[in-house]
Amino acid sequence: MKLNGGQMICQALLNEGVDTIFGIPGGAIMPLYQMLPQFPGLRHILVRHEQGAAMAADGYGRVTGKVGVCFATSGPGATNLVTGLAGAMMDSVPMVAITGQVAREFIGTDAFQEADVTGVTLPVIKHNFLVTSAEELPQVLKEAFYLARTGRPGPVLVDVPKDVFVEEAEFDYPETVDLPGYPPKQEGDSEAIKRAADLIAKAKRPVLVAGHGIIIADAYKELQEFAEKGQFPVTTTLLGIGSFKSDHVLNIGLPGMHGSAYANHAINDSDLLIALGMRFDDRVTSKVSLFAPNAKIIHVDIDPAELGKNVRPTVPIVGDVKHVLNQLMPLVEKADRREWLSHIDELRRKHPLFFEDDDILRPQDVIQQISDSTDGKAIIATGVGQHQMWAAQLYKFKELNSFITSGGLGAMGFETPSAMGAQVGLPDRTVWTIAGDGGFQMTLMELATMVESQIPVKIALINNNSLGMVRQWQDIFYDHDYVATLYTANPDFVKLAEAYGMRGIRVTRKDEVGPAVEQAMEWNGPVLVDFRVEETENIYPFIPPGTGVGQMVEDPRLVQKRVK
Amino acid sequence: MTQNNGKMQQHTVVALVYDRPGVLNRVVSMVRRRAFNIGSLAVGHSETPGLSRMTFVVEGDDKVLEQVTKQLRKLVDVVRVSDLKGVNAVYRELSLVRVSANATTRSEIIQIVDIFRANIVDVGHDSLIIEVTGDEEKLESLVTLLSPFGVLEIMRSGRLAMVRGIQGDSGANGNSSDAEGTLTDDTQWVREDGDEAKATPLLPPG
Repeated sequence: MKLNGGQMICQALLNEGVDTIFGIPGGAIMPLYQMLPQFPGLRHILVRHEQGAAMAADGYGRVTGKVGVCFATSGPGATNLVTGLAGAMMDSVPMVAITGQVAREFIGTDAFQEADVTGVTLPVIKHNFLVTSAEELPQVLKEAFYLARTGRPGPVLVDVPKDVFVEEAEFDYPETVDLPGYPPKQEGDSEAIKRAADLIAKAKRPVLVAGHGIIIADAYKELQEFAEKGQFPVTTTLLGIGSFKSDHVLNIGLPGMHGSAYANHAINDSDLLIALGMRFDDRVTSKVSLFAPNAKIIHVDIDPAELGKNVRPTVPIVGDVKHVLNQLMPLVEKADRREWLSHIDELRRKHPLFFEDDDILRPQDVIQQISDSTDGKAIIATGVGQHQMWAAQLYKFKELNSFITSGGLGAMGFETPSAMGAQVGLPDRTVWTIAGDGGFQMTLMELATMVESQIPVKIALINNNSLGMVRQWQDIFYDHDYVATLYTANPDFVKLAEAYGMRGIRVTRKDEVGPAVEQAMEWNGPVLVDFRVEETENIYPFIPPGTGVGQMVEDPRLVQKRVK
Repeated sequence: MTQNNGKMQQHTVVALVYDRPGVLNRVVSMVRRRAFNIGSLAVGHSETPGLSRMTFVVEGDDKVLEQVTKQLRKLVDVVRVSDLKGVNAVYRELSLVRVSANATTRSEIIQIVDIFRANIVDVGHDSLIIEVTGDEEKLESLVTLLSPFGVLEIMRSGRLAMVRGIQGDSGANGNSSDAEGTLTDDTQWVREDGDEAKATPLLPPG
C-alpha cells in the first residue's frame, strides 16, 4: 500500500495503539496535520503552547502506562517542547514527539523556522531520529515506540522534514525491531538474587525504598506481597508515592529533604535498604556519606547505569523490578519484626507530620480537605515547590499511580498540562491540580485547551503571592532577604478563569474550603479555586542540602510543643 | 573495591557503534554532559560494514570507568562496549612529526628514526616528516630525542587497542562485557559487606 509520509505516521500511530495526540500545528508540520481528518481514530487535542503538549503527553503516559504522543512544528515549535521532553526523560515517562522540520533541501541553510532539533534534544531524551525519506518512516516509528516504552522508558523524538510528509512510499509496518545495541534485561542475575536473599535473612532493621520503577513495571501486587511477607517498612520516593497505598500500615511515607522525619530516621537507623526501581536522587540522600550510614544496600534497577552512580550498593541487581521481586519472593522467609516496627511507631509518635490547626487558612488545610472530599481517590497533579511537598506529604492516596509530579527536572508549570493529559487518559477519574501561583502562571494558557476540549480538571491554586519555596530558602539561608520572590501584581485568578470561560471560586477563610472543594467537584467542567492561603507558611521537615538526618529541621511549632 | 579506587588512572574502552550520521555527536555529547575526561578518541570503520569502532582513553577512577562504560551502553547506537582493564591487549598510536632538518642534522635524525623503526615520509629543504607507530611511551621518547633539532608540528591519531589472541588469567573479550555485548550485572563499585559508607563527592544543591 502506497501512502504519503503524513498518512504513514497516522497509520503507524494507530498500529501502536495511540488514540490521542497533543499538539499545535505550524508551517513545517502542516502536511501531517492535514491528513488527520482521514484518521478518525486519532483524537487531536489542540494546546496553546508546545510545552503544554509535551507535559500533557507526559501526564497521559504516566497514568495510562501507554506512550504519550505530541506534535510540534519546526524551529520554535520543537524548541518549546524541550522542557517537557527533559522532564519525561528524568522521570522515565514513555513519550514519542513528532516534529516537523524544514524541507530536506533547506536543512543547514538557516531557513525560516529551522532549528537543529535532533541536536538540541539529544542530551535530554532517550533517543531521536532525523528522517531522510518516507521509505524510512515505518521502521523509524516502530523503533521510536519500542524504545519509548521498553527498558527504562523515556521520550523519543522523530524529526520529519516537510517534504517527507508529502513523499509517497510503500507502507509495510514492521512487526519487529532490530536493535542489537539495546537489550533490556528483565531477569535479575540469580547469584545476585541469592546474595540479596542472604542479606535480607540476616537483616534486623530493613527498610524498603520503593520508587517509580514499581509503577512502570506494574509491580504493585508484588511489592505489597513482598513487603507484607518480609514485614518491611516501606518508604516511597516522590515518584514512588503511587506504588504503595498511603494508608497501608507498613507505609512510612516520603524520604528525603522534605520527607517525614520518621522515614528519614528509619533509614538512618536501618541495617539494610532494599531499593527498588529508584535512583538515589540527591533530594533523597542529601549528603551521601551521611546517608544510611549503617546499612547494606540491595539496589534493583532496570538501568545498569543507576547502580553505583550515586550510592554504592552492596548487591546490585539489574532487571525489571517485577521479575526480580518474583525471583526474590520464594527466597524470603516470613519475618517477625515487631521490635523494629515498634521502634518505627515510636519514631512516628515522636516526629509526626505537623501543621498548625487554627483559624488561619493554611495551604495544608486545602490539601487535607481535597484528600477527604475525594476520599483519597483522585489523581493529583502538582507543580514544583512547597505545594508539591505538602501534597506529597498529606494527600492520602488510596488508589495506586495517582500522583503526577515533575520529580527529577522539577519543572514549574507542569501542574496544569499534566493534569489535562491525565484527565484525557483516564476520563472517569477525578483529577485535581494542586498548583502554586508561580508555576500556574507559566502554563496557564492551557485553560483555553481545557475549556475547548472539555477537560474537567479541578485546579486548586495554593496562592501565597510568592515563589514560596525560594522565599523559604531566603528565610533560612539569606536572613529573610526576599529578592525577586514576592508577586505584587498577581491577576484576579477568579476573573481570569471566568475570562477563559471556566468556573472560578475564591476562598479566603478556612471554613470556606470544604464547601468550595465540594462545589468544584459538583461542577461539570473545569474549575479554578483561588485559595488565598497564609503567605508565610513554610514546609517542614527540612534537611538542608549537603547535610544529613542529624541536621533535619522540624517545624519550630512542633519543637515548641514538644518542649511544653 | 580495588586499591586503585579514588586515584586518577587511564583506562582504555573500545566501543562498537553504528556507522550513522550523528553517532559521534551522541557519544561526545554524553561524555561532555556527564563531565567525563577523555584523553583521546579514535574512530574508524570496523571489519563489519555499517559498524565503526571507537577507542577511548578515559581518565578517572574505577567509578568513572564504570559509569563511562555503562552510559556508553545506554546509547542506542552503541552495540558493544569493552573495557580493557586488566586485559592483555595491544595498544598503538600513530604520530606524524615535522622536524627541522638541514644538511648537517639530517643524517643524525635518520639514525634516530631507524632506531625507532619509524619512517621518513616527506623530505623538504629544511624539514622532514617522520611517521611513527607504537605506544605512547615510544612516541614520546622519539619526540624527546628529536626536540633538540626543533620539532615544528605533531599530529597524533589517538590510541587504538586490540585484545591479544592469547590471554593470561583474564578473559579474552575485555572486562565485564561478554562477547555478545549484552548488559551484565557488572557493578564493581560496591559497598562491601561490613564496610562503612565512604564519602563521595557531594552533589550541588539547587
